This record gives sequence, C-alpha cells and structure tokens, in this order.
Amino acid sequence: MPFKDKVFRFSKRLLVSTEEAEDATQELYLKLWRNREKISSYKNVEAFAMTMTKNYCFDRLKSKQASNLSLVHSNYRENGTSLDKKTNLNDSVSIVHQLIAKLPEQQRMIIQLRDVEQYEYEEIGKMLDIKQTAVRVALSRARKIIREQLIKQHNYGIN
Amino acid sequence: MESIKIEQLIEKYLDAETTLQEEAVLQDYFVNSKVAPHLEEYQALFGYFAESRNERYTKTIQLKTKKTNWKWFSVAASVAILFSVYTGYNNIQERAEAEIAFEQTQKAFQLLSKNMNKGTAAIGYLGEYQTTTNKIFKQPVK
Repeated sequence: MPFKDKVFRFSKRLLVSTEEAEDATQELYLKLWRNREKISSYKNVEAFAMTMTKNYCFDRLKSKQASNLSLVHSNYRENGTSLDKKTNLNDSVSIVHQLIAKLPEQQRMIIQLRDVEQYEYEEIGKMLDIKQTAVRVALSRARKIIREQLIKQHNYGIN
Repeated sequence: MESIKIEQLIEKYLDAETTLQEEAVLQDYFVNSKVAPHLEEYQALFGYFAESRNERYTKTIQLKTKKTNWKWFSVAASVAILFSVYTGYNNIQERAEAEIAFEQTQKAFQLLSKNMNKGTAAIGYLGEYQTTTNKIFKQPVK
C-alpha cells in the first residue's frame, strides 16, 4: 500500500482521533479495492485517493457532529485551561498541532497536504477541486495565522 | 549571511510562493542547523512538520472481508442443515420406537384378554355346577 500513511495522516488531521482515522484508512482502501478496475484508468490514483479521503472524512464529520465530535472539541477546549497551557508551552510541537487544529478545515487540509505531505500546488488543487491560486491564498493565510500565534506564544513564554 | 537568505525564503514561504525545493531548504535549516535566535519560533513549526511526516498507519488493512463473510455464511448454513437433519432423524427414530412399544402393549393386552376369556369360560362351568347343586338340594321356599 504505497500511500496509506498519507491517507491516514490526512484523515487524522480532519477527524482528530486516531481510531477514527484508522477506520477511515481501512474504509478507503476497501473502496479503492472494490473499484480497482475503474481506478486503473485514472492517471493519478494517489490524488484520487486523497479526494476520496477528504469526502469520506467530511461525511464522517457531518454524521458525528451531534454526538462524538462535540466531545472531541471539548477535549481541545480543556487544553486551553491555564495549567495545561503552562505545561504545553514547553512542548512547542504540540502547540503547533493545536494551532493547526484550530484552523478552518480547508486551511488545515492544505497545510497538511503541502507542508507535511509536500504535494505540488497543482496536485492539491486537483485533490480539493479548487484553483491553484485559491490553494496559495488559503495556504498563505494559514501559514501567517500560525506564525502570528507562534510569535504570541513565544513572547508569552519568555515573560 | 545564511540567515538573510532564510529570512527571504520565509517571506516567500508565508506568501505561499516557495517551491517544494525551497521549502526543503527551510526544513533542512530549521531541523538540522543552529537557528538564529530571532527565527526560533519557526523551528517548532518545521520541527512539527518533520515529525508529523513520520506518523505511520500501523494496523494491517483487510481487503477480502466480503469473501470471508460468504465463507462464514456457508459454514453457518451447513451447521443449520446438519442440526435439522439430526433432529429430524431423532424424530423418526422416536416415532419408530413408539410404534414398537404400541405393538408390544397391544400384544400384551391380547394375551391378557385371551387368558381372561379362558377364565370367564371356567366361570361358565361354575355356573353349571351351581344349577346342578340347586337341583340336588331343595331350595327353601321364599
């Protein structure tokens, strides 16, 4: 399975929970397997798989919105309490994780696909079905938000 | 000298105008070399990206669940058939046993009734005996 890790990481970025992401990966591969004859005619199977992952995760998020997802979100809010903040400040990596988690879905996906998975703008555009320029705009916005937050946190840590 | 170049790259990076190669340069700088103090906050960012890239899907992917489902279905079906055949066979056997028992009890009753008839025939003689005694002995007049 050449890109299963990418699918897994991408769905984890969207669904937050590891178990959900594992289920999503499994489900996606089943779907690909069932359509394997159709898929072999596609030029870029990986991009197609990422699009399918995105759609599947969105479906999951929609159906889970009422029950489980609210729990996940409250977990994140709890991290914002003063005590957790102090301990997390040392762990700069988890700060970045939380900053990305707070971004809107579109920006989160683009950050994941570009900065973690290192796809070309053109590929990302195809995966998310948007224009390259839109990818760049959203990416730039996301990167700037993260930078601002990081600088804020950095100064806060020094004081 | 190098940090100026990095600063320029960061500007481009924030505007999403860097190529993948340039981003790899940034990545390499922030993960592997000594970072200038005023650029430290980016270290966490690129460190995080590098770390996330190492996350792996550790479970095994199962693809042939549909086929195994059928297999289990057939196993369940054959078990059901075996069970029904077994209970059906048991039923037939029970019935045969019941028939044998019925025949045997019927025989026993026949034997009983034969002997009973013999007994009643003997009682008939007894009746004869009674009439002869009545003839011999005069009956008291009522």
